[in-house]
This record gives sequence, structure tokens and C-alpha cells, in this order.
Amino acid sequence: MDQPIIQIKNLKKAFGQREVLKNINFDVHKGEVVTIIGSSGSGKSTLLRCINLLETPNGGQILYNSKNILEGGKIHQYCAKVGMVFQQFNLFNNMNVLENCVVGQMKVLKCNRQEAEERAKKYLDHVGMLQYINARPRQLSGGQKQRVAIARALSMEPDVLLFDEPTSALDPEMVGEVLKVMKDLAASGLTMLVVTHEMGFARDISDRIVFMADGIILEDSTPEELFNNPKHERTRAFLTRAMDK
Amino acid sequence: MGEFFNSVQFILNNYGDLLIKGTGVTILLAIVGTGVGFLIGLLIGIYKTIPIRDEDSAIKKALYKIFNFLLSAYIEVFRSTPMMVQASVIFYGSAWIFGLRLNPVTAGMFIISINTGAYMAEIVRGGIISVEKGQFEATHSIGMTHFQSMLYVVLPQAIRNILPATGNQFIINIKDSCVLSVISVTELFFQTKSAAGATFDYFPAYFIACVIYFVLCFSITQILRYVEMKMDGADTYTIYGTEPVINGADTLKRGDK
Ligand SMILES: Nc1ncnc2c1ncn2[C@@H]1O[C@H](COP(=O)(O)OP(=O)(O)OP(=O)(O)O)[C@@H](O)[C@H]1O
Ligand SMILES: [Mg+2]
Repeated sequence: MDQPIIQIKNLKKAFGQREVLKNINFDVHKGEVVTIIGSSGSGKSTLLRCINLLETPNGGQILYNSKNILEGGKIHQYCAKVGMVFQQFNLFNNMNVLENCVVGQMKVLKCNRQEAEERAKKYLDHVGMLQYINARPRQLSGGQKQRVAIARALSMEPDVLLFDEPTSALDPEMVGEVLKVMKDLAASGLTMLVVTHEMGFARDISDRIVFMADGIILEDSTPEELFNNPKHERTRAFLTRAMDK
Repeated sequence: MGEFFNSVQFILNNYGDLLIKGTGVTILLAIVGTGVGFLIGLLIGIYKTIPIRDEDSAIKKALYKIFNFLLSAYIEVFRSTPMMVQASVIFYGSAWIFGLRLNPVTAGMFIISINTGAYMAEIVRGGIISVEKGQFEATHSIGMTHFQSMLYVVLPQAIRNILPATGNQFIINIKDSCVLSVISVTELFFQTKSAAGATFDYFPAYFIACVIYFVLCFSITQILRYVEMKMDGADTYTIYGTEPVINGADTLKRGDK
């Protein structure tokens, strides 16, 4: 296989005395969809936040195209190329939908306005939100907000897109619309790293599934392997509980 | 009753110009004081919310702490003493120590500005902190620097949030600028006192001042409400293009969620 886009090596993160990530190792290759599952508190969000540098790891390496981004350098350029979709959407409240998707392109990527608007509209159209470009975040439903948040991330044309439980804050009837958008993205070849509790979805879209428990990766395998033939007792127990829901 | 109105009439005829000038100075003091105070507060608020991380150099951390201490000292001193006393100390102190003869109105503008700045600093800091953490995180996740994040996302929201408190400060400044009469700033109260002293019609004179202060404050409150409403934008939005609704979930749903 070709060189991974992102390689995580011996990554550690502690909050005070509490070790939340203990020696994490895994790779994400171009075009791959990797899903991270695991029980609450196992460190999934912390892992994504470390990859996006929202948290500073205490040890280990994060290699992006073979360069360790923890050694300083162009952190902002890196962040612009590794997008994130949050559980709570986090749309910019002081801007309308279009501006949300334009501001990063203009200020970070230094695109001109016309170019930025065209790209923003293209991705808003992808997620079915083109007709809402004049709306403010507070005027949208949760599912609509999340689709705009995805379009905002896509407008930066990232190499990798991270999703942290993108449907967990949504009413059940809005989960489907967001999952559908994500499925389309996965099919289009976007590299994605997704934390989710939607097991059926994880099984459908993932090339690989990573199971985390207590800050370590217990299993890293294909969906078939993981769901049909889990190696660890804890994985089995987790899947049984998750499927029952 | 008739005598009262006659006195009012007399004062307005003979001292009207003076009172109008005084009102002008009062408005000037309030505008300059609130404007400059707001800028001072904004700079301090921005400074105080600069993220300092563990891995920053020791020199940077030490410098940040020292300057932060100085700013806190400024805020506490000005919030814990009356403006009337601050005015006297600065006005007479600058003459005593440096031999400066300050123009009272200039001195007044300076004093009301730094006094307001001390209050605004805390208000702005609170406004910045009250912006959801997720907003910072989203700016970071698209690669914005801390400065860009502040400029384009955080401050616009923080300023909107503190607009009522700033308006309040403006109204306080209109009223409290009268304490600057202690250093002979020729604002409304000072001029009223002159008119009252000259005519011995104390009640009518101060009654006029009362009405002027009220009209000023009341109209400013209304203007600020209007500005706030404008800043929040329209309650509705226009649909872009004429394409039909794309899927069933896309009905126009609005709610604060
Ligand atoms: N800023 C923080 N300070 C201290 N502890 C934290 C912080 N953030 C997370 N933690 C702790 O780290 C552990 C892992 O948290 P994390 O959010 O990564 O879990 P998670 O796997 O995403 O869980 P969930 O499925 O509930 O989202 C938790 O025990 C949490 O309490
Ligand atoms: Mg989480």
C-alpha cells in the first residue's frame, strides 16, 4: 500500500494524573474510511482532538505525509487540511450559512471571494443545503446545522475529515439525513476518520474499524472480522451491548 | 406655580446658551469616555484571554504575568475609588508633581476614559469568555490563528453580547460626568450651578438640568435598543434559488436548538 496520510505512533495524552491515551498506534491511508468505536470515556474524542491539535499530546508522534506535526512548523496549514465535524456543530453564530463556508477559505487559504463562494455553494449543494445560504445557524434544525458544518469542512478541501459523533446530538428523525451525506462522502473517496455509536452505519461504510478501550486500541480490523469474529472478550461484550440498543 | 415657570423662562432666556454648551460638554464627555473606555477594555480583554500554554517559553510566560498584574492593578484601583476623587488626584496631582496646567475638559475626557476602561475591561473579558468554547474550536479546526479567530468569530459575538452593558456604561457616563465639575469641567451640572448661583433660583435651575439629563438618557436607551435589534438581523431569511425542496426532512424548520 502507499504511504499513509496520517500515522499515529505511540501517542500519549494525560489530563493531570489521568492517562486518557496510552500508546496509540494506527494509520489512515488515502481514501480510507476508518471508524473508531468504544465505550464512553475510552478516549475516542481525545484521540480525534489530539489529531486535530485541539489537545496537545504528551508523547508520541503524529505523522502527516511522513512529517511529524508535533515538532512545530506550519500547524495552521496542517489544521486547514485536516477538517473536523463536531457533535455540537459549532457553526459560527455571527455568520450566515454561506459566510460559514467562505470565511476559512478566504482567511486561511487566501482564496478570493468569488472562488470561495463558488466552492462553498458547490459543497452546500452536495449536502442539500444550497437553498439555505442566507439563513443564520439559529434558524436551522440540528440536522441542517450538521450538514452545513460538513459543507464548511469540505469547503476547505481537506485531505482528511474527522467526525466526532456527528449524529449524537440530533433528534432521531434527523440522524438519517446526516448519515446519508456521510455515506455519499465515503463513496466519493474522501478520507474519513469517524467516531460513532451508530454500529450499523459503521459496518456499512468502514474500510476498517478500530475498537478502543481505556485509552488503548484493542482491535483494528475489517468490519466483517470485527463484527463476526471479534478477538477480544471486551469487544464482544461491547458489540453485544451496542447491538441490543 | 406661575413664579416657577417665570423663573424657568428667565433662566432659559439668559442662561440657555450656557446650558446648551454644558449639555454639549456632557455629551462629549460621555461619548469620548465610553468610546475610548470601550477600546481600552477591548484591548485588555483581548490581552487577558490570550492562551498561554505549558510549552511556551519561560520569558514569554513571565512577561505575560507581569503585564497582566499591572493591568489588574489598574482595573482594581479605578474600580475601588470614586471618580470624583480620581479626578481631583489626577488634576491637582499633575499640577503638583509635574507642574502641568491641564485644560479641565481635556483632563475630564482623560479621566472618564480611563475610569470607563477599567469597567469595560472586565465586561469585555466576560463577553469573550461567554462565547462558547466550540466556536474557538471550530475556528482552530479550519486552521485560523488565535488572532483571526478573535477578529472574525469571537469578538463579533462578544461585542454583541456586551452591547447592553456598554449602553449602560454610556448612560452612567452621561450622569456621572457631573462629578467632574469638581475640577471645573464646564459640563451641564457645572453650568447649572453657575446659573443657579447667579439667579438664586436654585430649584428651577436644577429642575431644568434634571429634565435635560432625563431626555438625554431616555433617548439614548431607545437608540441602543434599536441598534441591538438591527444587529440581530432579520428573523427570517430568503431561500436561495428556486429549486424545489430537496427531500422531506428539508422543510423550513426554525427553532433555537
Ligand atoms: N479536558 C479534560 N480534562 C480532564 N479530563 C478529560 C478532559 N477531556 C476528557 N477527559 C477525560 O478523558 C476520558 C476520555 O474522554 P473522551 O471524551 O476522549 O472519551 P470518549 O471515548 O470520547 O467518550 P464518549 O463516547 O462519551 O464521547 C474521560 O474519562 C474524560 O473524563
Ligand atoms: Mg466523545
